[in-house]
Amino acid sequence: MTSEAPPPAGSLRKRRRPGEAVIGGLLFIAAALSILTTVGIVFELGKEALLFFRSEEASLAEFLSSTQWQPAILDFGIWPLVLATLTTSVTAMVVALPVGLATAIYLSEYATPRVRGTIKPVLEILAGIPTVVYGYFALTFMTPLLRSILGVSVVEIFNTASAGIVVGILIIPLVSSMSEDALHAVPMSLREASYAVGATRLETSLRVVLPGALSGITAAFVVSISRAIGETMVVAIAAGAGPKNFTFGEDSLLGYILNPFVAGETMTGHIVRISGGDLSYNSIDYNSIFAIGLALFVITLTLNVLSRRFVARFREVYE
Amino acid sequence: MTPPGPEASGGASDLLQTSAQMRRRQRRGLVARLALLGALMVAVAALVTLIVTILNSSFGLVAVENERSPGELVASRGYPEGTALGDLTKEDLVALLEAGISTNLGRRFEREQRFFGDRMVFEDLYVLNDLCMAGDPPPPACYLPARSHSQVEALVVERVVEPTIVGTWSFFSSVFNRDDVEAYAAEKYPGAELEFRSWLSWDFVVNPQSPEPAIAGIRTALLGSLWVVLITLAFSFPIGVGAAIYLEEYARENRLTAILQTNINNLAGVPSIIYGMLGLAIFVRTLEAITSGSFLGTGGEATANGRTIVSAGLTLGLLILPIIIINAQEAIRAVPGSLRQAGMALGSTRWQTVRSHVLPNALPGILTGTILAVARALGETAPLVVVGASTFITTDPSGPFSKFTVLPIQIYQWTSRPQDEFRNIAAAAILVLLVLLLTLNTAAVILRNKYSRRTA
Repeated sequence: MTSEAPPPAGSLRKRRRPGEAVIGGLLFIAAALSILTTVGIVFELGKEALLFFRSEEASLAEFLSSTQWQPAILDFGIWPLVLATLTTSVTAMVVALPVGLATAIYLSEYATPRVRGTIKPVLEILAGIPTVVYGYFALTFMTPLLRSILGVSVVEIFNTASAGIVVGILIIPLVSSMSEDALHAVPMSLREASYAVGATRLETSLRVVLPGALSGITAAFVVSISRAIGETMVVAIAAGAGPKNFTFGEDSLLGYILNPFVAGETMTGHIVRISGGDLSYNSIDYNSIFAIGLALFVITLTLNVLSRRFVARFREVYE
Repeated sequence: MTPPGPEASGGASDLLQTSAQMRRRQRRGLVARLALLGALMVAVAALVTLIVTILNSSFGLVAVENERSPGELVASRGYPEGTALGDLTKEDLVALLEAGISTNLGRRFEREQRFFGDRMVFEDLYVLNDLCMAGDPPPPACYLPARSHSQVEALVVERVVEPTIVGTWSFFSSVFNRDDVEAYAAEKYPGAELEFRSWLSWDFVVNPQSPEPAIAGIRTALLGSLWVVLITLAFSFPIGVGAAIYLEEYARENRLTAILQTNINNLAGVPSIIYGMLGLAIFVRTLEAITSGSFLGTGGEATANGRTIVSAGLTLGLLILPIIIINAQEAIRAVPGSLRQAGMALGSTRWQTVRSHVLPNALPGILTGTILAVARALGETAPLVVVGASTFITTDPSGPFSKFTVLPIQIYQWTSRPQDEFRNIAAAAILVLLVLLLTLNTAAVILRNKYSRRTA
């Protein structure tokens, strides 16, 4: 029909579009699902951990104070697991911090585009290799290497040092890419000012750029620690399959308790070993790994939130 | 530093001093530069060492002890010396099998799959027919075609020749120290033959899992990985992209949006093992009725309880969801605002603008991010151990509700075995996994480059 009446003026009003509303609602649900994930994590970890602490066999006080983790005789003290986690993480950071930071400084301040073009992919490949492969590497390369350097009597077949070093290698890309971002955010004018008063490239990098990027670099470090603590497969394969129980006073602090060359089981390693076997629900073992999981979640979340604070600070300064 | 002196002579000595200081500073700069370069080389060296270590274990000499030597077997069927087992006819191979294994075992094999389409060797045809009619479930031989030549050959090798690998050597010692290896093997394993073996082979890829490293393969694990990734993707891609669209195109700048965004960022930093525990508690335990498939009435898989491919896929789906969202957000943010305004100006609604302007332009970026997330899911091990991957299964996964194992889990289990041969097959499996991941990453890089060239 050609002689249709012009649309009434009312149609200029915003039309109701139920389809649009439905789509908007669905998209919101998709976004809200992530909240549900967090709630699920907190709820499930919290619930099972609560069952654990309320049970007759365990208590929060014992969990936080005892230095023995022996589920078979109902000893549930988290310290052996925490100290092993600490040993591997500190070892990892000793490797990853200097190498990662130096790589970042080189890439950001020194490297020609060609060098960057070769090194960046190497780091990306390192970051993309699955952790189970690093576990294999720790067990079949790093451990024999340590044993041949330091002696078979010093380094046990399963040891936290070898696992820690390899965890360090696997977080180098994380440290370097986050640090490089931070260094990159420092305005060019600061560098130019420094060169103008006669500073060398090294002096500019260390005294001008590095302090300027400090909060971003701190963020990188904190995130890396969190990553090292949460890393699982490398320690499950190479660090040892049994908690390193100890008694203060009886066991030597440096010779055993903090000795990285002795086998030890980290929090993550313990969770994997226990859940890899036949685990029946409602058993104290099942509940206990959730208590460990909760501790792990709280520690890593705190570190991640802290790191985001640092990042926010350097963004505030320069952007 | 001393201030420049008033006298002319003092000024000259200062200049000398400054240039000495200058040289010192520059030397320090050079040393530092080399140190930085050295640190960077550590990262490169680590990658090279890692790959060399894996290659070194994937190939090398092995000492094999056969229960019956293949030469003797070939001769027993009247073939000339030097004939390979594979050159025998299928009839001869079956005859070797008949002579080499017990009738009971033979019956079992024949019920699994017949040797010939037209006649029976071990089992009575009537018995098999009865089983096919009445058996619940009927044995596979009722519907499978007869075994092929290569399958019979594999069975002869496995059951009659029965090779056992008694010693293995790495690639480097096999190549550079061959004489020592030969002398050692001759002394320690007098009955064994030394041969060069590539642990990575097509057989290794297509063989099912086996307790015997010489014939074990990764078929079960590969299929498991594919199934799991498929479910992961089906779950997290639509939800992830939807969430990203909401956050970038729909959400107002308010408290709720800030909470959603912070939450997603935090989830990206949660250790993967925590996701495993979430999956164990929610998918495996609470939703067991659904994830075990029993709501569909498939009772056959009752043994799997909730520890199925679905549970594993959904767990990994939750794990990569934040990664997909964050990547998709970045891709959507990169679409110029002018495109949206053009769409809106023509009177299209918000969703129409998103569908016809924003998404097509953001798609390459979204896909790149998704491929990288899938690569991450493909390599994840810890959460799946917690969710309950099977420690030993030899049957292919039959669907989303069957028990599962995946490639990284297989690598983990083989690595944990003390025997050298398992280290070798773990290395070979790692090579397969790395090739898979490399392919995915290359695809992502190609996609990214193509995309950035178009917009540039």
